[in-house]
Amino acid sequence: MNINFWLPLMVLATSLVSAIVIFIIPDERNILRGAFNLLAAIVKIAIVAGMIVGVYYQQEFETRFTLIGDIDFVLRADALSLLFAGLSSLLWLFTTIYAMGYLRGTPNRSRFFGFFSLCVASTMGIAMAGNLFTFLIFFEMLTLSTYPLVVHKGSKEALNSGRTYLIYTMAGGAVLLLGIAWLHSVVGAFDFAETGVLRDVDASFYPTLQIIFILLIAGLGVKAALVPLHGWLPKAMVAPAPVSALLHAVAVVKAGAFGIVRVIYNVYGVEFAASLQLLLPLAILASITIIYGSVQAIRQLDLKKRLAFSTVSQVSYIILGLALFGPIATVGGLVHLLHQGIMKVTLFFCAGLYAETIGVKKIADLSGAGQRMPLTSAAFTIGAFGMIGIPPTAGFVSKWYLGWGAMEAGAPWVLAVLLTSSALNAIYFLPIVHKLWFGKAPQQWPAEHIPFKRFETNPWLLWPAIITAAFSIGAGLLAAAGWSPLSWAELIAVREYLP
Amino acid sequence: MNLIPFLLVIPLAWALISLLLPRLPIGPIALLGMLVQSLATALLWRSVQLHGAERYAIGDWMAPLGITLVADGLTVTLLAITALIAMVCAFYALFYLRSHRHEARYFWPLFWFLLASLNGIWLAGDLFNLYVGLELVTFAAVGMVILSANRQTLAAGLRYLYMALLGSIGYLLGVALLYSAYGTLDMRQLAELIEPNWTTHVAMLSISLGLLVKTAIFPFHFWLPPAHGGALAPVSALLSALVVKSSFYILARLWLDVGADVLPVITAQGFGLIGACAIFYGGFKALQQDEIKMLVAYSTVAQLGYLMLVFPLAAGTAPEHSMLAWQGGMLHVLAHALAKSAMFLSVGTLVLAVGSKKIDALAGISTRIPLSLFAFGLAGVSLMGLPPSGGFNAKWLMLQSAIGSGQWHWVVVLSLGSLLTATYIFKVFRVSFDQQAIDSGKGLVKRAPWGMELSALFLAGLAIALGFAAALPVELLSLPEVESSLMEASQ
Amino acid sequence: MSANLWFALVGAGLIALAAFTFFVQTHLLRRIFAFNIMGSGVFLIMVGMAQHLRQTDPVPQALVLTGIVVAVSATALALLIFRRFYALSAAVTLTQDNDTLGDSYEQEPRQ
Repeated sequence: MNINFWLPLMVLATSLVSAIVIFIIPDERNILRGAFNLLAAIVKIAIVAGMIVGVYYQQEFETRFTLIGDIDFVLRADALSLLFAGLSSLLWLFTTIYAMGYLRGTPNRSRFFGFFSLCVASTMGIAMAGNLFTFLIFFEMLTLSTYPLVVHKGSKEALNSGRTYLIYTMAGGAVLLLGIAWLHSVVGAFDFAETGVLRDVDASFYPTLQIIFILLIAGLGVKAALVPLHGWLPKAMVAPAPVSALLHAVAVVKAGAFGIVRVIYNVYGVEFAASLQLLLPLAILASITIIYGSVQAIRQLDLKKRLAFSTVSQVSYIILGLALFGPIATVGGLVHLLHQGIMKVTLFFCAGLYAETIGVKKIADLSGAGQRMPLTSAAFTIGAFGMIGIPPTAGFVSKWYLGWGAMEAGAPWVLAVLLTSSALNAIYFLPIVHKLWFGKAPQQWPAEHIPFKRFETNPWLLWPAIITAAFSIGAGLLAAAGWSPLSWAELIAVREYLP
Repeated sequence: MNLIPFLLVIPLAWALISLLLPRLPIGPIALLGMLVQSLATALLWRSVQLHGAERYAIGDWMAPLGITLVADGLTVTLLAITALIAMVCAFYALFYLRSHRHEARYFWPLFWFLLASLNGIWLAGDLFNLYVGLELVTFAAVGMVILSANRQTLAAGLRYLYMALLGSIGYLLGVALLYSAYGTLDMRQLAELIEPNWTTHVAMLSISLGLLVKTAIFPFHFWLPPAHGGALAPVSALLSALVVKSSFYILARLWLDVGADVLPVITAQGFGLIGACAIFYGGFKALQQDEIKMLVAYSTVAQLGYLMLVFPLAAGTAPEHSMLAWQGGMLHVLAHALAKSAMFLSVGTLVLAVGSKKIDALAGISTRIPLSLFAFGLAGVSLMGLPPSGGFNAKWLMLQSAIGSGQWHWVVVLSLGSLLTATYIFKVFRVSFDQQAIDSGKGLVKRAPWGMELSALFLAGLAIALGFAAALPVELLSLPEVESSLMEASQ
Repeated sequence: MSANLWFALVGAGLIALAAFTFFVQTHLLRRIFAFNIMGSGVFLIMVGMAQHLRQTDPVPQALVLTGIVVAVSATALALLIFRRFYALSAAVTLTQDNDTLGDSYEQEPRQ
């Protein structure tokens, strides 16, 4: 057993062990907890970075042991898993910094950071799961570890949202389990493999495979917030801002989307899925979700709620890209997995900043906030432009590839969906940006918690937002560079389509 | 040297010591005894693992008049889980009984008698010894339920005793009929002789009814919640984890080992049906409880229902599906034993800490005694059948069996049952996260002794670990002797 | 009609009567009696039906002896608990009311 066996386990362990340690650290030992947490996050990034280099040079990283019968527990780092793992580990660091500032002086921090680390550990497990069984383990672990974060405030509203969240995700998990168990009884145990594993199944099983596909997508679609399974997401906005940022930008919805990627690419194989007539309905469902989410977002008056519906819409871009059945659309979908994460986390950071600094939660009250908080508003603007898809932000790259891929795949109607959605995005984001910069500031902010000193607000909260905003621009400007997310997504697509 | 008799002699010796010499520090002595007992169990386990099943005739008296003890793969697995859980419960009781001085006097002798009779059941090779074992288990268990000797526990104990005695009569009647028909009580011989005829059917029906009453399977469950919910925490843990399993064990052995050829499919489906009723009824009742221990007790009613699903999945199906169901069922026995004992122990700590048994009294405890709540949560994960846990692996195997044999109705039951479990587990969590209760000064608690918190956490951790190490007991289940009887079961 | 069948029939009759009593009566003492009579019925069947195989089969005799010991112990335990229960509640039947556990039961002092 060499280092390649242990590395995937170590990535998991960095956040799993830190979760346990953090649970034990008493609530008032802030510095100790913070230092430990950041150290773990940095170590994790280092290991993931090492594996990214390794995978680029065709190294194998795999942890495997038998669980029960013919089922193995497999953690494996391939190009796709590192896309997600890289995103999560990077954003874990920034969200942790942000959360440390955000929660200063509030009770139950050990509980919060402990479950936060557990949540990241589950995300890492989802990223690196080498078969559906392992995936399911971490998928359910994610459900359980996010519940305490959703109800963290412990208010009646939070507890009720927690219940809604559980009803959706537990039911989704049960459906997913059913699909996985059924699939296992049809084809036995198998690992994720490039270009899929089900092609050789006897043709008499095709109807069964179609039903199983629907079960799997339905189970995963709850977390990916596919309409009509998205109901939990806006309600979960009651959670603290760092939770909204991580959960809705990265962990939960992306876990669902990522699972759908795995099912289409590494279980069914994209060509086989297409031949079973499964991709077009999925593309249509994703399109409906995109439009519906955007329309709902326009109707929201609360900033976080608007962002939540925007997430509903944006995550389906990923699924749309996959379902189009073409290498370029695939690149667009995969790269959006990363781009959307960075941009949306920026937006949620900013939403939290407005609420914490000047007590603004409603969009109507944001007027003139750009003068009071210029850096925050700049970050917000970048994120919003990214969501609309204005160059040179990362969002533009995603949409460009999606549109190009749609043309290449012979589905021009998708272009219409993309354009409509972009227009809707503009409708619900541009007025906010306009209000921020050109609106008239009120005499008195609703509740000014943090005075304007050297920075406009608490730097612990500000810097993560600025850095992720910078990433959103960087990922767009430097998309052609060899190590950009786009290049990585192209690497995955090449490996999937050219076996 | 044959280790089998030691597994009975050790607990009986310790029972006598703690009964006759109460002035000694019997708590710590009991812990020592548990270590010895665990060691003997571990050695026997290893020996069976290496050399296959063992038999032992007490005093060299052969059957039919003598008593033969048998240790096969299933037996040693159950012996091991019994020793493990009993040891942790004994450790927990050391701390718990400090606040129940009077109960401590009789707790320890009964504890040891219970252990001896449980081991007697696991090891018994013939039907009559099983009967004696069942009765002894009942006496010890009832004695432990009424330890606190107030009106409610006495009533619960009486109800328990009466139902258990009724069950024993049913069992004994069936045994009498089987003996008159086949002239033997040895299970191995009986397996070869038994034929589907009226006597057999009546006998098996009588035995089954008796055992269903003792296992508290719906609709005979009503005695269980007050007994398990009202007893002291370590007692509830032992009762829910092990005692109800003993009668289920006999039922499973009889039907799937001995009477596999005579079990009509309709009976098996009927067993599954009452199991499904138990799952849903127990789940709904658990959800309605406002006392935490009653919630956990009704959860036992529901979880026992899953065990009944083994019958329709294992009887009359293809060998591989039958095997999966059997493995899943036995894994569920182990997983539920670990998870439920952990849950009762953690609940005992919580009740002691907040000074009330109401669920509402747990408001905001998530930061006050996190370890116990965490143990409760981990145990809950296993009960809900979420991965990774022993409960999940059991559910997975049963699902595989049900899907493979095309019995989709049981797939539905398994899936919905888990969701129902989640609702009542999270009912507790919802309360525990209530921040308003913390702010309003509620949720102030006494510190719980560390030993109690750790005991529960340890067992809950094992329930989760079983999710990773399930291959070990499953392998033991397919040791030669069990395998051969399974082959019969599936033919 | 052979002797063993007589034993069995009488035993079955006893069991039926006693089971009826066990379910119909609520008085706890009567139910203990019913249990004992049921036990006797089973013992009759046990010694009776096994006779036809050989002249005298020692196994059922041994079983019944053991069974009687168990039944006596069970009766003793039931009586003991009943006495204590009666002393505390002055009730001779189990009602639903006895089973509802009050919040204070763990603190309740023992008599």
